[in-house]
Amino acid sequence: MSTLARKKGVGAVIWDYLTTVDHKKIAILYLIAGGVFFLLGGLEAMIIRIQLAVPNNDFISAGFYNEVLTMHGTTMIFLAAMPLVFAMMNAVVPIQIGARDVAFPFLNSLGFWLFFFGGVFLNLSWFLGGAPDAGWTSYASLSLASPTHGIDFYVLGLQISGLGTLIGGINFLVTIINMRAPGMTYMRMPMFTWATFVTSALILFAFPPLTVGLIFMMMDRLFGGNFFDPALGGNTIIWEHLFWIFGHPEVYILVLPAFGIFSEIFATFSRKRLFGYSSMVFATVLIGFLGFMVWAHHMFTVGMGPIANAIFAVATMAIAVPTGIKIFNWLFTMWGGSIRFTTPMMYAVAFIPSFVIGGVTGVMNATAAADYQYHDSYFVVAHFHYVIVGGVVFALLAGAHYWWPKMFGKMLDEKLGKVTFWLFFIGFHLTFFIQHFLGLMGMPRRVFTFLPGQGFETGNMISTVGAFFMAAGTVVLLANVVITTVKGKRVGNDPWEDGRTLEWAVSSPAPEYNFAQTPLVRGLDAYWIEKMEGKKGLTPAEPLGDIHMPNPSILPFVISLGLFVSAFGFLFHQDHAWGTPVGVFGLIITLGAMFFRSIIDDHGFHIHKEEVMEAEKKGAGA
Amino acid sequence: MKKWLRNWRLVSLVSAMALLLAGCGKPFLSTLQPAGEVADMQYKLMLLSTAIMVIVIAVVTIIFLYVVTRFRRRKGEENKIPKQVEGSHTLEIIWTVIPIILLIILAVPTVLYTFKLADVKPMNKKERDVVVVNVRANLYWWEFEYPDYGIITSQDLVVPTDERVYFNLKASDVKHSFWIPAVGGKMDTNTDNTNQFFLTFDDKRAEEAGRLFYGKCAELCGPSHALMDFKVKALPRAEFDQWVEKMKNAKPVASTDPVVKQGEEIFNKSCIGCHAVTPVDGRTEQARLAPNLGNFADRERIAGILEHNEENLKAWLEDPEKIKPGNKMTGTYPALSDEELEALTKYLMTLSVE
Repeated sequence: MSTLARKKGVGAVIWDYLTTVDHKKIAILYLIAGGVFFLLGGLEAMIIRIQLAVPNNDFISAGFYNEVLTMHGTTMIFLAAMPLVFAMMNAVVPIQIGARDVAFPFLNSLGFWLFFFGGVFLNLSWFLGGAPDAGWTSYASLSLASPTHGIDFYVLGLQISGLGTLIGGINFLVTIINMRAPGMTYMRMPMFTWATFVTSALILFAFPPLTVGLIFMMMDRLFGGNFFDPALGGNTIIWEHLFWIFGHPEVYILVLPAFGIFSEIFATFSRKRLFGYSSMVFATVLIGFLGFMVWAHHMFTVGMGPIANAIFAVATMAIAVPTGIKIFNWLFTMWGGSIRFTTPMMYAVAFIPSFVIGGVTGVMNATAAADYQYHDSYFVVAHFHYVIVGGVVFALLAGAHYWWPKMFGKMLDEKLGKVTFWLFFIGFHLTFFIQHFLGLMGMPRRVFTFLPGQGFETGNMISTVGAFFMAAGTVVLLANVVITTVKGKRVGNDPWEDGRTLEWAVSSPAPEYNFAQTPLVRGLDAYWIEKMEGKKGLTPAEPLGDIHMPNPSILPFVISLGLFVSAFGFLFHQDHAWGTPVGVFGLIITLGAMFFRSIIDDHGFHIHKEEVMEAEKKGAGA
Repeated sequence: MKKWLRNWRLVSLVSAMALLLAGCGKPFLSTLQPAGEVADMQYKLMLLSTAIMVIVIAVVTIIFLYVVTRFRRRKGEENKIPKQVEGSHTLEIIWTVIPIILLIILAVPTVLYTFKLADVKPMNKKERDVVVVNVRANLYWWEFEYPDYGIITSQDLVVPTDERVYFNLKASDVKHSFWIPAVGGKMDTNTDNTNQFFLTFDDKRAEEAGRLFYGKCAELCGPSHALMDFKVKALPRAEFDQWVEKMKNAKPVASTDPVVKQGEEIFNKSCIGCHAVTPVDGRTEQARLAPNLGNFADRERIAGILEHNEENLKAWLEDPEKIKPGNKMTGTYPALSDEELEALTKYLMTLSVE
């Protein structure tokens, strides 16, 4: 039943991806879906920047601007950055720890399809009466007052995709705890695996508060609840707390994997072991922990009083310390190294000054008394784009270039990669640096236009020009992907030549079973150790034998589709008589699929020893 | 590093930055040209934090530039394997302890100022002798009530200079945020509770800014969030007192002009259900559905954003939706003919206390 070396038609390939439970294919699914949403979010960003290029512009209307602004934030965070992070985790982490797959391959697929259907559902709002328009934070008083179904799409779509994320997080926690190869102790795990581990723990604790908030809001909007109605004893500030108890850790959910990606890249292209590995681990865990203690710094102006404001201010400043440790450790990883400026390394190097700017403005925001000025101004917009673009997006671009050969077996073109880098890097600073000053000069955020005569003209024009540079960079990247797919040359196990971790010891792309024999890990940078001892491959920890694999399944797709249908029904249950029946019907699909999953006894299948040996021979010849 | 050296560097950095930043923005709007006690405190904190952060950036940049130039792989080094260093306890302690010290330097004034800015005791005393303004934010207009004087105005806040002015802040529909950038940080107007804070308007600097500051709504509140501006007239105490007296004693003047009379009739038929025309309005908040127009003719802007002239007023009355999308006035009154527009405009322009 092995699918190795079998020629397939288009239909079969699609069916393969719909049913796959292979972490490497799921990574590709995440990459494609996240990439498409990234382009969509980018398009929305361009609309925003065009509208704000000149004062009193009427490129789009005020109401539509709020929809675009909301969808830009929501899409970029939930539907682009998160899945792209999951793409990297899925592509790399199981191989980095010497495992054949994640702990729960079925759940892995379910996580993807839930995210996917949630995202599609949210975006269908554009065609069904209007997108959400209360900002990605969707503060309760405004979102309850919103007349269209947009907020309902937001509330239901994010519940579905959030479920997928939560499942993904739990899966990686269990995978990293249980599936590590013999000898891979916690303190020998690659930094990206550590980052994934801590991130997954953050997901586990951060997504439930969001879900609670979303359920409250769903009740209020669709089922006559009054959680956020002050007239009936509700309270809108509770939404802000719930949202930010999720929302702040979310920043670290995105940025810790980014730190992990850069840690791998710095070590690889400096040809040096990561400097201060144990303190890097410690800093990652500490950032994860402190990330939960600071949410109210998003709410300094809400009127919590000076005691709460002071405590959250000081707690927030404390995060600068472990982050600083990381920055210096990266610098000293390069110190004394032999640095090769590949495209991923360019992003990594550019990340340091960019992220430091985002970090220090974060500390500035933490000074509560001064934050009364920064809050909800363009200063904050500049700050978080420096963190999220300068940190997360740079990391995702770097990681995509770095691991592209491992995922697809071909190297992205380095020349085009560098063109993308320079366009994106210049555009990024051009767009966002000036926004610090716009904010300080009194420009509030989330404005659909600005009046002339307030000194905002030049800054906004510069910012818009910068955005076009970033867009151009993205177009070059897309061209690069197409050219590479068509013309790229196949590469071997270790195309960067300086790979240190286990993923570079297997063929590119890795075989379905990852490792013919589970490797024995003898230290940090397991592959590097073997290479330095002059060995070609890894030390095996088991004899060659049959490999047990999970069966593919369409059920995750069906379960997610059911929730998608159900959400449609309930969304329209107040407007149309078919609403409730459709809602219930969707739930029946989901529960039915879950029922079949429970009663069908699925033992998986085995790839036989001979097939493995044959495949390995081919892989070595590539 | 010797202490005096560091202090000296900090001071020079701060002053260099102050010079640089002062060129930024307009004096009536920019947080970088503070015009009162609160904005001053916040500006000082900005400068201090920026100075510390510039030091951090400088240190990182120097190491960064050195590393990426000095340690790049050169020709002939393709097979060089650098020494695999595990780490250094000394270095790690240094870059843990120094940031902690820098943060403490920043945390002390932060906490101090946070408490200072929250001191609203004088406004909550039984016998208070300070100016208190009740701010009520609405989709997309601001109401300013002076409870101690029994007067109400909207869109243009009038305050005395050189003393602390205290504010009660709340919203009547969705959450907004009250922000006068040049004078001090913002505070949210919630739908759940009343927030309190104070601002001080420095007389000399108010003079330099033309005695008129720009105020903004800083919290996304709907389509016209960007247009929810207000203005602040900062007057010396004596002039402020005069203004209060005029507001208290404002009486509708019976006009002899037939056009104005016609306008008044239209107003009384279509508008008076929501808008009051006298600053002394005894109705409850819930009944005050629209901006008080008691001193409408004295205001700075039409609808908070347009230049204050008859032409703009007519445009606003004709189709408010075109000017402020999503506002609550659109569709609440029958369409007006050109003649009626003219009459209503003439009438509204007589509503003055000056």
